[in-house]
Amino acid sequence: MIELRRVRAGYCGEEILHGVDLFVREREIVSFVGPNGCGKTTLLKSLCGILPLTGGQVRLAGKELGQYGRKELARRVSFLPQVRDIPVIGVENFVAHGRYPHLSFGRNLSGEDRERIEWALEETGTADLRRKELPALSGGERQRVYLAMTLCQDTDILLLDEPTTYLDIGQKYEMMERIRKIYEMGKTVVMVLHDLSFAFAYSHRVAAMEGGRLLAFGTPEETADRTAELFGVSVKKALLGRAEEYVFYR
Amino acid sequence: MNILPGFYSERNKGHKTGRILFGLSVLLAVSICLGLAAGSSVLDLPAVVLELLEGSASSPGARILLHVRLPRVCAALLAGAALAVSGVLIQAVLSNPLASPNVIGVNGGAGFFTFLTMALFPANREWLAAGAFLGALCAAMLIYAVASGAGAGKLTIILAGMAVGSIFTAGMNAIKTFFPDTLYNGSSFLIGGFSGVAGQDLTPAWMGITAGILAACLYSRRTDVLCLGEETAFSLGLPVKQTRFFLILIACILAGSAVSFSGLISFVGLLVPHIARRLSGTAHRVLIPASALLGASFVTLCDLASRVLFAPYEIPVGILLSLVGGPFFLFLIVKQRNRRGGGR
Repeated sequence: MIELRRVRAGYCGEEILHGVDLFVREREIVSFVGPNGCGKTTLLKSLCGILPLTGGQVRLAGKELGQYGRKELARRVSFLPQVRDIPVIGVENFVAHGRYPHLSFGRNLSGEDRERIEWALEETGTADLRRKELPALSGGERQRVYLAMTLCQDTDILLLDEPTTYLDIGQKYEMMERIRKIYEMGKTVVMVLHDLSFAFAYSHRVAAMEGGRLLAFGTPEETADRTAELFGVSVKKALLGRAEEYVFYR
Repeated sequence: MNILPGFYSERNKGHKTGRILFGLSVLLAVSICLGLAAGSSVLDLPAVVLELLEGSASSPGARILLHVRLPRVCAALLAGAALAVSGVLIQAVLSNPLASPNVIGVNGGAGFFTFLTMALFPANREWLAAGAFLGALCAAMLIYAVASGAGAGKLTIILAGMAVGSIFTAGMNAIKTFFPDTLYNGSSFLIGGFSGVAGQDLTPAWMGITAGILAACLYSRRTDVLCLGEETAFSLGLPVKQTRFFLILIACILAGSAVSFSGLISFVGLLVPHIARRLSGTAHRVLIPASALLGASFVTLCDLASRVLFAPYEIPVGILLSLVGGPFFLFLIVKQRNRRGGGR
């Protein structure tokens, strides 16, 4: 689905990614983990073309990223940034902007677009918020609204940059369950996660990064030890609640 | 059941949008009539218009209407609409509610180049609009370069704009000193006003303004998407850089055209978008026409006030606008600081 070959990228002449090779399959959840500044977000941004590469190439469904038109790409990949700017706009209108890449020249919403917006609002539990404005929402609500817009964009691939920041523990679980549900709809999800136990509990494969390089990439089973080593902690598989989870501790 | 509320809210919104634009159009029509009728001599508007329709323009009233009031009201409403829409676009591109063509020095750049054109080519008045547009573009590009540099905060952009503005103001004063003859009305240009505007001064400018407002309307959904933030806009498939550049270009055509005949009218581009946003919300499809209508009415009314308030004296409308706009700007800064808990 997504294939990275010797990808190099960075900001303002400073290289952050020093040649990353990676293959994301169709219909899986992949998480990037690693210490701050290791290039997780940079990697995510170069996956969708926000950040131009300085070397290597990214191929999407066999075609190089640069060969996609802007809207064509936006119909296949959506990106949820780590939210900073909060525009003053009503929730429903905000979510409706997710349809932008699907609109034709007149740029008016069709009945199908409206159904999709309604569905995204329902699916993320934000239908009750539709009349509110974004700045009036709590951090958790806002994150859900952003997810609704991403869903509304109706892409096969979703790139999520730290979808659980600003959320309390209950909301974090809720968000992760939503992400799993999105995967079950047949989507591919690639995300950056700070919280190791969430990354290992919900991902099919985990990519551990350090200093702009891929340290390990594989199933949670394969990468747990290397990841623990990377952070200087220990890891143990333990039965918590209903399922076995990886616990990282010192 | 769940589809219905959304459906209704859209319908209601459509209704509200129509009402707002209709209300503002009525306001503009009233402003135009008042602007044409009132002044140092009050005209009996229906009688004069009837007379003009019959094809004779011999009475003093008809001549005043045709050669003094009409160009002046046209100038005021064109400048008001242009500066207001220009303000909306600049605020969107810089994602900064404190920006406006006046505050970030775009008007200053336009004014400087207008002066330069006046001084170098005193015979070619029709070049003024082109010169003003060039100046506006220079200033805008300078600010944009500062703004797109890494980590430029919102306040930095405003400060840089003020610096650019003061450089151009100094330039204008220098030209005024060196060419006192060609710029005999330089001071009133610096304040901004419409006294002595003749029909032919508007000729290239009105085309730029009409085209600019139409282009801004066509770009309204793209502007909406841009306002969601750079990365979100990119991920939605918007060509962010091209859109920004095009919006700056439109904003400069608008501001430059307005400055070329009205001088440095201040605060319209800041004040009007904020009031319009309160009325119509942030969707540019409505905000842009609403700002144009409101800006046109506002400047036409202010111009009228400047003529009648202290009659028989006339104060330049720029002074009046600054008197209204200055305090409003301070209010915005204080409000913004309170909301963010300390400026950046």
